[in-house]
Amino acid sequence: MAKKPLLEFTDRGIYCDKGRFYIDPWKPVDDAVITHAHGDHAYPGNKHYLAHHFSKEVLLYRLGDIRLQTVAYGEKVTKNGVEISFHPAGHVIGSAQIRIEYQGEIWVVSGDYKVEDDGISTPFEPVRCHHFISECTFGMPVYKWKPQIEIFDDINKWWAGNLQNGAATVLVGYSLSLGKAQRILQNLDLSLGKVYTHGAIENTNEALRRNGVQLNPTERITPDTPKEEVRKGIVIAPPSSAGSPWMRRFQPYSLGYCSGWMAIRGAKKRRAADRGFVLSDHADWDGLITAIDATGCECVYLTHGYTATFARYLNEIGYNAREVHTLYSDDEDPGMPEAPEFAGEQNSETGASKVLSFGEDLGEAGGSAL
Amino acid sequence: MKAFAQLFLALDETNKTNEKVKVLKDYFNSVPDTDKMHMLALFSGRKPKRQINATLVRNWAIEASHIPYWLFEESYQVVGDLAETMALLMPQTDQTSSKTLTEWIAEINDLANKTENEKKEWLLDSWAMLDNQERFVFNKLLTGSFRVGVSQSLVIKALSEISGLDAATLTHRIMGNWQPEIYQYMELIQEQGAADDISRPYPFFLAYPIQETSEKQRSAEELRASLGNESEWQAEWKWDGIRAQLIKREDKIFIWSRGEDLATDKFPELHPFLNALPDGTVIDGEILSFRNGLPMPFNILQTRIGRKNLDKKILEESPVAVIAYDCLEYNGEDIRTTTQAGRRSVLEKLQATTTFPEIFRISALIPFGSWEELATIREQSRAMIAEGIMLKRKSAAYQVGRKRGDWWKWKIDPLSVDAVMIYAQKGHGRRADLYTDYTFAVWDGDKLVPFAKAYSGLTDQEINKVDYFVKRNTLEKFGPVRTVKPELVFEIGFEGINRSTRHKSGIALRFPRILRWRHDKPKEEADTLETLKALLGE
Repeated sequence: MAKKPLLEFTDRGIYCDKGRFYIDPWKPVDDAVITHAHGDHAYPGNKHYLAHHFSKEVLLYRLGDIRLQTVAYGEKVTKNGVEISFHPAGHVIGSAQIRIEYQGEIWVVSGDYKVEDDGISTPFEPVRCHHFISECTFGMPVYKWKPQIEIFDDINKWWAGNLQNGAATVLVGYSLSLGKAQRILQNLDLSLGKVYTHGAIENTNEALRRNGVQLNPTERITPDTPKEEVRKGIVIAPPSSAGSPWMRRFQPYSLGYCSGWMAIRGAKKRRAADRGFVLSDHADWDGLITAIDATGCECVYLTHGYTATFARYLNEIGYNAREVHTLYSDDEDPGMPEAPEFAGEQNSETGASKVLSFGEDLGEAGGSAL
Repeated sequence: MKAFAQLFLALDETNKTNEKVKVLKDYFNSVPDTDKMHMLALFSGRKPKRQINATLVRNWAIEASHIPYWLFEESYQVVGDLAETMALLMPQTDQTSSKTLTEWIAEINDLANKTENEKKEWLLDSWAMLDNQERFVFNKLLTGSFRVGVSQSLVIKALSEISGLDAATLTHRIMGNWQPEIYQYMELIQEQGAADDISRPYPFFLAYPIQETSEKQRSAEELRASLGNESEWQAEWKWDGIRAQLIKREDKIFIWSRGEDLATDKFPELHPFLNALPDGTVIDGEILSFRNGLPMPFNILQTRIGRKNLDKKILEESPVAVIAYDCLEYNGEDIRTTTQAGRRSVLEKLQATTTFPEIFRISALIPFGSWEELATIREQSRAMIAEGIMLKRKSAAYQVGRKRGDWWKWKIDPLSVDAVMIYAQKGHGRRADLYTDYTFAVWDGDKLVPFAKAYSGLTDQEINKVDYFVKRNTLEKFGPVRTVKPELVFEIGFEGINRSTRHKSGIALRFPRILRWRHDKPKEEADTLETLKALLGE
């Protein structure tokens, strides 16, 4: 009988049978190891959570009263003889790649990652392993990022231009409340003016500050905030507020949109923003290949993104790549409806997980989102 | 080229009309006159001739990008625009070029006499000295797929503000046959038009729809409230053919279609009557296929559009005639500011004296005493092979472009059936990387038979939902086309239906589009092929 792999892809998430824990499960389980605090990786309802220190306050804020253990990068935790450690993924503050070792066999689950140092998240570190489970949200060669300094230069110039024209400046972007909001905040030219935040973003900022993260000063927008003051600064808001009465009161304003998808003209036009900035918390095409190469892995499993195309290309250039379907959403895509719900399945943790063959679409397991 | 690339980027970066006009003015004020004329030519749909065939450009771009062919193709699926795909995939460069738009276009035109190797060398060198944004517009020029997200009227507005000439004059002066290499900017903006090109058509006057969609039916009372007294209006049928302008000047004839294509040779049947018109006559009308004095559906006319050679058979099967709507020039004089009623009597006089009354027809006025009566007459449109009714204010001048107020089109409701989506394909442009092009089917017994493709009619939000469904319910992939689980039902509207031997279903639709998503209907309740065929009215 073939040896059972250390990690399996099941209808609840990535599972380690030896250690009896799941990584980023999307259905409730007993023991969950969480790569980062975004909603499609940290679901509610698990009995126990293990995450990085920096994810603590955001997780508690988002998921309420959970049983949570946190660790530092590089610190080792053992579960049923399986050694677990967290390594910087550079995606957002507190994001980690999860390294799993058992009897000399090493697996790494990337979670979401980017290779460029964004100045606020602990920079990505490659981890040598035998098996690497990688995201590939932007696994197409048309996605190649410019250094963020150039993008922030454009953002600051745009802001300065709006100040001159007397228009308010509003920036939105996906997965912004944790991640891009802080990245933008730390890289803006604050000599131009104050940074104002939408409540949803300020709540996350406060959680991060409770966690000891040093962020530049921000001011929460309340019904009493005078709009003349706001016009002298810059507003960071979630995309759902675009065009809402909340935003319209700052009129006239210029709306900027930060996302990797802005690299494509069609996608940019679809958003109907005034400006699109190509800024992503995911690795671009070259970043993905560099990261995968640096692991020295025997086999790479590709989860969300352009998995089929990227797997085919990697195989052609000499890697052993396989495509895996998961429920991780593309957190930068506004076109994505809400994550599928699992009502009525909350009690299913008593049953054994169904192991799915590679390539089977777990999207079906949760039913259609329509 | 840097200025032109920057213009493109800046136009993309704003949705506000005033800012677009400012961007256009900044461009005009910063480039040489020859560049201005080239830009005008490009922005008014006058593409340079394609000097390298698209397959070669694509193959050389793949070579320059160092990626396999299939990956290029998949990238194109994601980007939805060939010029942009090529620009994104090529490696960054550290060279730059200061050549102007005029110089680049001259180089492209010079390729005509070059060998394939010389063309390739030139192209690879050119790519290597352009940055991403420049490459994108350069590729657009090269592949002749030039479309811009700004209307010609905005370009004219900017030009008008710079030159001090009114927009209607400028619109007229950039119509017709001209070449940016010859037509001078100073000529374009001078106070008095010089001896104008005799083939030049007038800008078409276009009607505004009375109702945007079929759900917003307008009643006779509403018409009275917004249009006033019936006696101030003339009503005509709205014919479904090719809108055209027919010109006779200095013993020469020209036929222009609304897309500003010179189509004189496409309609030889019209030549005798045009040649018989007095010099200095311009007529606005609709070209339709006619048999035994009756107009035929658009699909009969369609069989001869796009044909290079009009053989005897085609001319016999689909003979054309003109239904004249208006007269814009008489005795060499521009009479567009004369009233609608005044122009009508000129047109009637012209038509009354023709010796070709079967070919040179006139759009009959529909007598009506009240808006209620006209609403009833409108119901007969389909039987008349018309799309509805046109309303023209008797005091109206012939204006430029689509203007609200004096010309209205009052179309009939489309026919419709409920159908199941069975195939989906990704769109282009702003719908890139989203499944937006769908094929629909109706039941034939227990089988679903495809009968129409439709691209429009859903909101962005609905498109996102359908896209999400397609990605999770794909049964098979054939190249870019996905077969999807038959489940979603849509109401499909169309203007007309005809028998077809080219389609599996045996029918062909005119202007199919999605009217709405029928969330309430299971696929079993979609319509049948029989229902569709009953609409053929045979």
